[in-house]
Amino acid sequence: MKRIILGMAITSGLAMLAGCQQQPAAPAANADYQKVLIERLLDAKPGDVIEIPAGRYAFDRSLTLRVNGVTIRGAGMDKTILSFKGQKAGAEGLLVNAGDFTLENLAIEDTKGDGLKVNEGENITIRGVRVEWTGGPKTTNGAYGIYPVQTTNVLIEDSVAIGASDAGIYVGQSKNVVVRRNRAERNVAGIEIENTIGADVYENTATENTGGILVFNMPNLPQPGHTTRVYRNQVIANNTGNFAAKGAAVASVPAGSGVVINSNDKVEIFDNDIADNQTANVIVSSYFSTGYMTEKGVAKAFDPYPEEIAIHGNRFKGGGDKPDGLDLKALKVAMFGLGGRLPDVLWDGYVNAQRPGGAQMCVDNGDVATLNADGPNKYKNPSVVTDAVRCKLPPLPVVTLPGDAAATSAKAAPAA
Amino acid sequence: MKRMIVIGAALVLAAMSLAGCKRNESPVQFHAQGQPQSLSEWHVLDVRDGRLRFNAGVEPYALNTALFSDYAHKLRTIWMPAGTKANYHAQDAFDFPVGTIISKTFYYPRGEGDAVLRVAENADETRDGLDLSKVRLIETRLLVRRENGWVALPYVWNAEQTEATLARAGETIPLTLHKPDGSAKQDFAYMVPDENQCAGCHGTNNTTRELHPIGPKARHLNRESPWHPGENQLARMVALGRLEGLPKDGVPHNARLDDATASVQDRARAYLDVNCGHCHSKVGPADTSGLWLDAGTEEPRRLGLCKPPVAAGQGTGDHLFDIVPGRPQDSILVYRMDSLDPGAMMPELGRSTVHEEGVALISEWIGAWLGSCSSADPNVAMQ
Repeated sequence: MKRIILGMAITSGLAMLAGCQQQPAAPAANADYQKVLIERLLDAKPGDVIEIPAGRYAFDRSLTLRVNGVTIRGAGMDKTILSFKGQKAGAEGLLVNAGDFTLENLAIEDTKGDGLKVNEGENITIRGVRVEWTGGPKTTNGAYGIYPVQTTNVLIEDSVAIGASDAGIYVGQSKNVVVRRNRAERNVAGIEIENTIGADVYENTATENTGGILVFNMPNLPQPGHTTRVYRNQVIANNTGNFAAKGAAVASVPAGSGVVINSNDKVEIFDNDIADNQTANVIVSSYFSTGYMTEKGVAKAFDPYPEEIAIHGNRFKGGGDKPDGLDLKALKVAMFGLGGRLPDVLWDGYVNAQRPGGAQMCVDNGDVATLNADGPNKYKNPSVVTDAVRCKLPPLPVVTLPGDAAATSAKAAPAA
Repeated sequence: MKRMIVIGAALVLAAMSLAGCKRNESPVQFHAQGQPQSLSEWHVLDVRDGRLRFNAGVEPYALNTALFSDYAHKLRTIWMPAGTKANYHAQDAFDFPVGTIISKTFYYPRGEGDAVLRVAENADETRDGLDLSKVRLIETRLLVRRENGWVALPYVWNAEQTEATLARAGETIPLTLHKPDGSAKQDFAYMVPDENQCAGCHGTNNTTRELHPIGPKARHLNRESPWHPGENQLARMVALGRLEGLPKDGVPHNARLDDATASVQDRARAYLDVNCGHCHSKVGPADTSGLWLDAGTEEPRRLGLCKPPVAAGQGTGDHLFDIVPGRPQDSILVYRMDSLDPGAMMPELGRSTVHEEGVALISEWIGAWLGSCSSADPNVAMQ
């Protein structure tokens, strides 16, 4: 009987949905363009601009570019659409193994794996590009939307990433990076900077992800990351349930995380609007809290502690009221009551005892409170440590890209 | 000037001597540039009297353990210009002279109707080439050593098996594969890679991005020639004047996948080396993962022991580590080999089916590792 009622409810629900649907179905995609574009990519010469006119194009395999100095340009992120819905082979939509590369004004949709991957190369510009999984957040979506790795001098601007089952915009193992004015929505991680040296992340909007903006270090890689500035971003209501496959680095991120720092050093978070992230607006944690630490899993040189973390001058609002996971829920109730909330800054409390002098973490953000969850002591004695971590660190340097006029106008950190 | 004339004369002589012993056959043609549209323009392989034959000077070779490609059989050949030699290298592919043409023809034994058969490799290849009534030719890939480096050119065979045509953008070929007894029927899309995808595997150094052959390395070639029983392939290359610098001993040797007398460890490492090691190395395109699977890697963590993945996404299959000792079913390595989802599977290219024997071997290998990935038990040993 119950089942029948449920069935009826679903039917009427469907009917309502059908009635509400105003958007026309996407027009059938042109499949003949695949061969044309692949051959243009093969024959490209340095300096070439490959223009892709407005239209919707279907691909059943990855596209690859291996020639330096090429620009691929569409007619706009909602006009030129490369659809990989029927992809049968290849782990990316577009794989670029080349430098002096620009991709702009087009969309990559529904790839089986990553949307755009740039693997090694200098002077990479990604501008006005939308990478989207159109079926909404799903574990079966591709992992990364916009994914430069082992690259130097990288600009990602005015782009959009939606639905990635790992990170919408993911910069890995790179140097000298600017990520600005992008929108990341409904990904597990909105924007993730990992094992990267020198990144400015500003004026982005990260909303409805599991975690908004992440600055991580992963072990067993040749380059540990440091020096990332996160400023003037909108990091709002990143409360989507974590839909990453287990074992992925971001699978340990609780839903409702605003800005998350894990095991990274020299990170400055200032002048952001960070609001309504239901676990915590900012989380600072070590590799010990990820659940991946084993004695064999981490190279000896790896530093699991977040160090020289500065949080100042941000505008916080709401959040912390519905933390993800039983442990954090219990922590909240135990310390702040049923109707209370976790403080804006949640810190796992691991400290590098070997660190030679200087503060490991400084939160100097008005009356914003910091909770030390007491991870090293199995979370037995969590405490609010707001005043104990109130300190200042010198501002981090501005990232400057060759030939980028806009970057010179980017403000250095205001003295907090 | 003088040198040019001498070389020219040598070429003419070589061509004449070849013409003398083969009827109506043009010598192998090295195209120093351009993209010949037909495979026949190279005169490496030759369709004649119902067989696919090698031209004079074209030497077939086999590998100990080969890359898996949807159970396709592969006929590999190498040709070098007269009077030239390759230089031996202990680890990397041999250094081949300009003008070298390496061919790899992918084919299947024919089953009933249009079906192709899943049977062991090297069943039916002889010095006389392939009996075209018994096999279905799919594609022939050429790797050609030009002045500026190697280029990759994929050619797809026509239905009549008379000619193969350049398919730079790749091609999708629907196939039905089954075992000779009709079991294990499987429809799949065989993907001929496009030229850039060839580089996805052959661009073994992701920084220089130069293409290199993968198969012709000492450890892969160090075996008896299937076409010349009793002769070691490397020794034969030396005897033919095609290889220089082969040491008397200490030549590395990979185990054969089908050699029941070799240890699981040796066969598994040989399998990972040839299937994964060209990308998963210190310099390969998969160096971003920190997982190195080439023959030279010894450190267990680099091989994946209790190593968390870096950017595997859904390729983790909900598992935490690349290799969990004793637990292949919990190891990402096995999960990705066993997957057919383009977003999760490994290798990323070159297969649309699961290599069941390969998965079984790697599972057996991991199954024999001792210890665990819990931090409570630091005593992990490798068998």
